[in-house]
Amino acid sequence: MRHHLILRVITKLLVGTIFLFALYVQFHGDYSPGGGFQAGVIMAAGFIIYGIVFTLEKVKAVFPPWLVHKVVALGVLIYAGTGIYSLFYGYGYLDYAVIDPHHPVHGQHLGILIVELGVGVTVTGVMVAVYYAFAARAPSLGDEDW
Amino acid sequence: MASAISSEPVHHIALTLSDQLPALQVLIPFVAAPLVVFFGVRSLAWPIAFLASLGSLAVSVLLLQSVIDGSEISYHMGGWAPPLGIEYRVDTANAFVLFLISAISSVVLAYARGSLKAEVPEKSHTLFYALYLLCLTGLLGVVITGDAFNVFVFLEISSLSTYVLVAQGSYRDKRALTASYNYLIMGTIGATFFVIGIGFLYMATGTLNMADLAERISEQRDSRTIRAAFAFIVVGIGLKAAIYPLHLWLPNAYVYAPSPVSAFLAGTATKMAIYVLLRFMFTVFQPEFLVEIKILEAVIIPFALIAMFAASISAFYQRDIKRMLAHSSVAQLGYMLLGIGSFSHTGLTATIIHLFNHGISKAALFMGAGCFVFAIGATSYDKLKGLGKSMPWTSAAMVIGGMSLIGIPGTAGFVSKWILVQAAFENGWWSFAFLIVLSSIIAVAYVWRMIETLYLSAPIQGMTAKEAPLSMLIPLYLMAFSTIYFGFATDITLEASKAAATGLLSGSSGLR
Amino acid sequence: MFEEMTVDFILGHLNYWFFIILMMTGLYVVIAKGNLVKKIVGLNIFQTSVFMLYISIGKVEGGTAPIFPMDMKIDPEMLYSNPLPHVLILTAIVVGIATTSLGLALIIRIREEYHTIEEHEIAEQETKVSFYELNGNQLTSGDNS
Repeated sequence: MRHHLILRVITKLLVGTIFLFALYVQFHGDYSPGGGFQAGVIMAAGFIIYGIVFTLEKVKAVFPPWLVHKVVALGVLIYAGTGIYSLFYGYGYLDYAVIDPHHPVHGQHLGILIVELGVGVTVTGVMVAVYYAFAARAPSLGDEDW
Repeated sequence: MASAISSEPVHHIALTLSDQLPALQVLIPFVAAPLVVFFGVRSLAWPIAFLASLGSLAVSVLLLQSVIDGSEISYHMGGWAPPLGIEYRVDTANAFVLFLISAISSVVLAYARGSLKAEVPEKSHTLFYALYLLCLTGLLGVVITGDAFNVFVFLEISSLSTYVLVAQGSYRDKRALTASYNYLIMGTIGATFFVIGIGFLYMATGTLNMADLAERISEQRDSRTIRAAFAFIVVGIGLKAAIYPLHLWLPNAYVYAPSPVSAFLAGTATKMAIYVLLRFMFTVFQPEFLVEIKILEAVIIPFALIAMFAASISAFYQRDIKRMLAHSSVAQLGYMLLGIGSFSHTGLTATIIHLFNHGISKAALFMGAGCFVFAIGATSYDKLKGLGKSMPWTSAAMVIGGMSLIGIPGTAGFVSKWILVQAAFENGWWSFAFLIVLSSIIAVAYVWRMIETLYLSAPIQGMTAKEAPLSMLIPLYLMAFSTIYFGFATDITLEASKAAATGLLSGSSGLR
Repeated sequence: MFEEMTVDFILGHLNYWFFIILMMTGLYVVIAKGNLVKKIVGLNIFQTSVFMLYISIGKVEGGTAPIFPMDMKIDPEMLYSNPLPHVLILTAIVVGIATTSLGLALIIRIREEYHTIEEHEIAEQETKVSFYELNGNQLTSGDNS
């Protein structure tokens, strides 16, 4: 990838923007189209483009595979944890009213934000894990193959 | 609009632990699965999985106790009332199946600890247990939910994890990969057919809640959309349940999967699918609908009879214990379908009790087969010759399981076949009663081939086999003895099955 | 039944016709093609057709995207499309992704073990293996009886 100066520069510029956009889609998901699934995929796209341009080893140094596994599990735990929190207070599973009992709509607002965060974290992890799993099996392209 | 909602005063009655049981049933294995991955410690994986499975077993026992009298529990996910929200609905039929699934899962997990070491390298164990828990989550979720689309979601959770679990057998035999791939293709086609059916139902009725669906379908029973939906759903679930002509994925998947996975799947996966079939046939589409479209005479009964014979005969010709058991599973599914086909209270009781009895017998048999894999690394008849002497305990358990498969009095298999024959007599189907007995004689033949190999053949020269360790034998015997126990103490299983059949036939589970 | 088949009926249900065509194409590819990757492609087409069916169900004539304006001043005259099928299909898409990636992962493992992804070549190798397994004790390897 040494020779592809334009690709490398543009990628460096883009990666930050992609992450920022992912966060926007994530946290604006309750007002406009968006949410955890989309944000997670966009976030993962940031890592994947970094991996494609700067080799798999570089991106694995940023986001090591063991961490990817934890992140996948963490997202599910955030989601399930929200539900269990409401169980402890005598509400139904995932009844977000528990977060703000006097103002249930407020609670639902916060609740869906937390749950979508869990979804986003897991989707990021899963997409990156899928990329790692497949990319590690393929022979990497040499400079002259491009 | 939003401000109107938010200013409402809030009255909330706190739910107690016993109200939360339906959620906990699925939640316990669901939370345990990411925990296993999150800790990522090999020594913690099995204890967490086992505790979670025991936890959901305890929950299912409590649920079964509270609904065995025919009552129902409805749980609203997220506090959204049905038909808008997702509802978990527990009646006798699904509490019984929940108990079967979580009981088999717990015993098989106890067994897996020893068995897995011989078949899957240590580094994969953590993820193996996580997937096992996800599979359990999916199976329990399919059974407990009262929402048609939710069934699809949980079905795919369990199926996707099953594909991976089956592929884990590739460390022992590379054919596990193609078995898993074929299962994936067939399973996905089945699930997609199912989801097309749900789509048609939603198109015609505008609802996904099973109880609500039942009500609205009965109003427009002769609509073409509804009938197309029914066809898609039956074919889709039929693929998952391995109903006779759609069973091609089953033998290879069971044979090449790691032994604990074979035991778990044989005991639960097809049983879950049969339950879904029952639920859709009798609760969502009411019994009158089945009569109207003549599905029982045209599809269910003929294929049930073909399965009973064709699969039994092919089981006889197999030269591998696991493959023989897999084909016999397809044959036994034929009995369950025949119970549905007889369309009477007794027939449905027979289906449900056979679902349970066959589940535990098959799990015991596959666990026994796993002990042979552990000891000699193979399950083909010519490698197993004369092992009755060197592995007396495992072989004896296999004989017990085999007797239950035939339906010898004193085993669980007898109880269910007895009721099935009764159902046939009730309908005046003398010839079917005769056919049931006849196919049992074929079962005698294939089980006898196994016994002959184990006890009456001369051992192979220089073959040294050690008995499987106690950690595997104890769960195996727990399962084997329970087939005998439920052969004598029939009151629990019979009572539950009868109540379940009553619930299904009255079509009540949805409405009242 | 065929008297309903006017031009209006056919054109009015165009997306349902495409659903049927796509579904059949997908199913045909899954069944007819021997290449494992092509089977996955077929499976994808098959699943995508279902997404199309669901999204067609959700369409309300004249309805717009079911998003309330920020200030929550909702026009009661406004027609919205039904968002529920979209949500359902989001789930089905996720299931589809999981199935595809699992299927492709299995194909990679199959290729590593069998050195091919053609179904008939795999079947050939498997028959050979089972033949030796079954007859290994009685027959020598060259004997085909």
